[in-house]
Amino acid sequence: MSNANREAPPSAGRAGIKRELPEHFRDYRHVWVFIELERGEVHPVSFELLGEGRKLADKLGIQLAGIVLGPPGEATQHAIAEAFAYGADLVYLVEAPLLADYRNEPFTKAMTDLVNTHKPEILLLGATTLGRDLAGSVATTLLTGLTADCTELDVVDGSLAATRPTFGGSLLCTIYTLNYRPQMATVRPRVMAMPPRTDKPVGRVIRHKLSMTEEEIITKVLGFNLDRQSAKANLAYADIVVAGGLGLGSAENLQLVKNLARAIGAEYGCSRPLVQKGWMPADRQVGQTGKTIRPKLYIAAGISGAIQHRVGVEGADLIVAINTDPNAPIFDFAHLGVVTDAIRFLPALTEAFTRRLSPHSHDKLAS
Amino acid sequence: MRIGAKKDAMHIVICIKQVPDSAQIRVHPVTNTIMRQGVPTIINPYDLFALEEALRLRDAHGGEVTVLTMGPPMAEDALRKALTYGADRAVLLTDRCFAGSDTLATSFALSRAIVRIGETFGAPDIVFAGKQTIDGDTAQVGPGIAKRLGLLQFTYVAKIDSIDVDAREITVKRRSEGGTQMLKSRLPCLVTMLEGTNEIRRGSLDDAMRAARSQIVKWSAAEAGIDDLNKCGLRGSPTVVKRVFAPTTRAEKATQIDMTDKTQHHLADELIAAIFTRQPALEHELAFDGGQ
Repeated sequence: MSNANREAPPSAGRAGIKRELPEHFRDYRHVWVFIELERGEVHPVSFELLGEGRKLADKLGIQLAGIVLGPPGEATQHAIAEAFAYGADLVYLVEAPLLADYRNEPFTKAMTDLVNTHKPEILLLGATTLGRDLAGSVATTLLTGLTADCTELDVVDGSLAATRPTFGGSLLCTIYTLNYRPQMATVRPRVMAMPPRTDKPVGRVIRHKLSMTEEEIITKVLGFNLDRQSAKANLAYADIVVAGGLGLGSAENLQLVKNLARAIGAEYGCSRPLVQKGWMPADRQVGQTGKTIRPKLYIAAGISGAIQHRVGVEGADLIVAINTDPNAPIFDFAHLGVVTDAIRFLPALTEAFTRRLSPHSHDKLAS
Repeated sequence: MRIGAKKDAMHIVICIKQVPDSAQIRVHPVTNTIMRQGVPTIINPYDLFALEEALRLRDAHGGEVTVLTMGPPMAEDALRKALTYGADRAVLLTDRCFAGSDTLATSFALSRAIVRIGETFGAPDIVFAGKQTIDGDTAQVGPGIAKRLGLLQFTYVAKIDSIDVDAREITVKRRSEGGTQMLKSRLPCLVTMLEGTNEIRRGSLDDAMRAARSQIVKWSAAEAGIDDLNKCGLRGSPTVVKRVFAPTTRAEKATQIDMTDKTQHHLADELIAAIFTRQPALEHELAFDGGQ
């Protein structure tokens, strides 16, 4: 489709007032999920999005497609198979050696060409460093609406209702793209639950050629430095997380959080104010503006529970809060609460866990 | 004018945003609206990393740093603050027609202003932006500006390794999931800086004096060369905010572990028992995986 067409403003007045969808957008159909393949691995957020995309597609009575952009080879074939296993009805594939590493230029070109050719109604991407870089470029090229970091996706009156925190996470708002297509949204990893995986045969794969050559791409990849495994915080996908907040009183007391985490094989993190104070690096921040987590057990020590924190931890199966203030908002969404001083309680809890989990105590239980 | 003072002098434009200090935002308990009264404003903290990087490049290569913001007249405070850090020039894009802009409309207006800055003060070699803002958190305006201007784009940049102004080359380290990409590309480009990559300088006394005296360039839409008002403000925004609301509280509050007459050790044992009662599978998993 020509951009001149896209530049045409909606029929009259504010875009917000729902008019008839412009003629040239009426044949936009189906839900697309970008399958984020980087360095041979599919980011799990893609599967979480397929789970959400499935619900949207079923509500609208349309199909769910996975979008795979990658180099020829096993990793790309695996990404296609996984897209079907997590619920895609079909896959659109752009396969080209110059898609081996992520670069904005060829990925934007591949995605916008696909959209203009096959016309999806909804396009979802993970809010990762790659997904956000790509989504902003694609939405601007297509001149359509993009809603970032959604925490809930739904269909209302046939349109995508994308809910996200606003004002630094103090409130939620629901955003629509009424007069433009596709309706684009990004979702952070772990915000949506992982759907069940079922082995399914690979279905229909529609190939699209990338009309770009390496010579046309200005940016070149010189190399890639993998993060050291030991330094990497894998908070988002951890089964157990212990985090500390301002109630710990000092950066030194964060050691109490780390000690408990080590004793029970957990990842550790902190609330936003601690990152702002420089007590912990940003990649350890738990909450909507840091890492969204969905562990089996989350222990929050000395964290008051601001809304942006709450939005990022609500997916946990069991939330335990330790806070001196019985009226702290964290007790509104925690399952278990202990009103006490975390600085005194954490060492006792660490010791009690160690005692209970030692092989010795199990021997005793068995005898 | 510092431009031309050195052979490889650069013109750098940095886009900043004035935001409410989020630590001070409160929601009205009854009406669920934001209580903005008296909330102090700051330069979006993520923008300061981009500003410092811009100033360092200028110090190394010579040239000028132009700070740009779009906002209400009071956004002038943020620009003046940027001047105290050592920026050379500040441009405020302000017009009622920009009210209600989403990220697409914002990137349109800013990109036009950057074109006008280029025509007036010299074409920029690099446009900087922060990684994202703390009030919108979208990270979309930087890529939007790049696309509107046809600039190469590097988001989440941890380090600018080298710049060769004459050869028009730049190499950067860019954060990606699980590692760092090293990229080589061409000027002009747009860069969004990752947080924690540098520390904003304390402005000198000279800069503070100069900032107080400086005339801030103020442009309306028309003065910035924007004639297509259909692309501005609410009209130019494909997204529509239909509902703003506070999250619903869970029906039940946390079950409190009874504190009465208990030592911290008893309390800990009781909490662990409650955890394992609710999540029986956890005890088994912990016994095997945890406790190293």
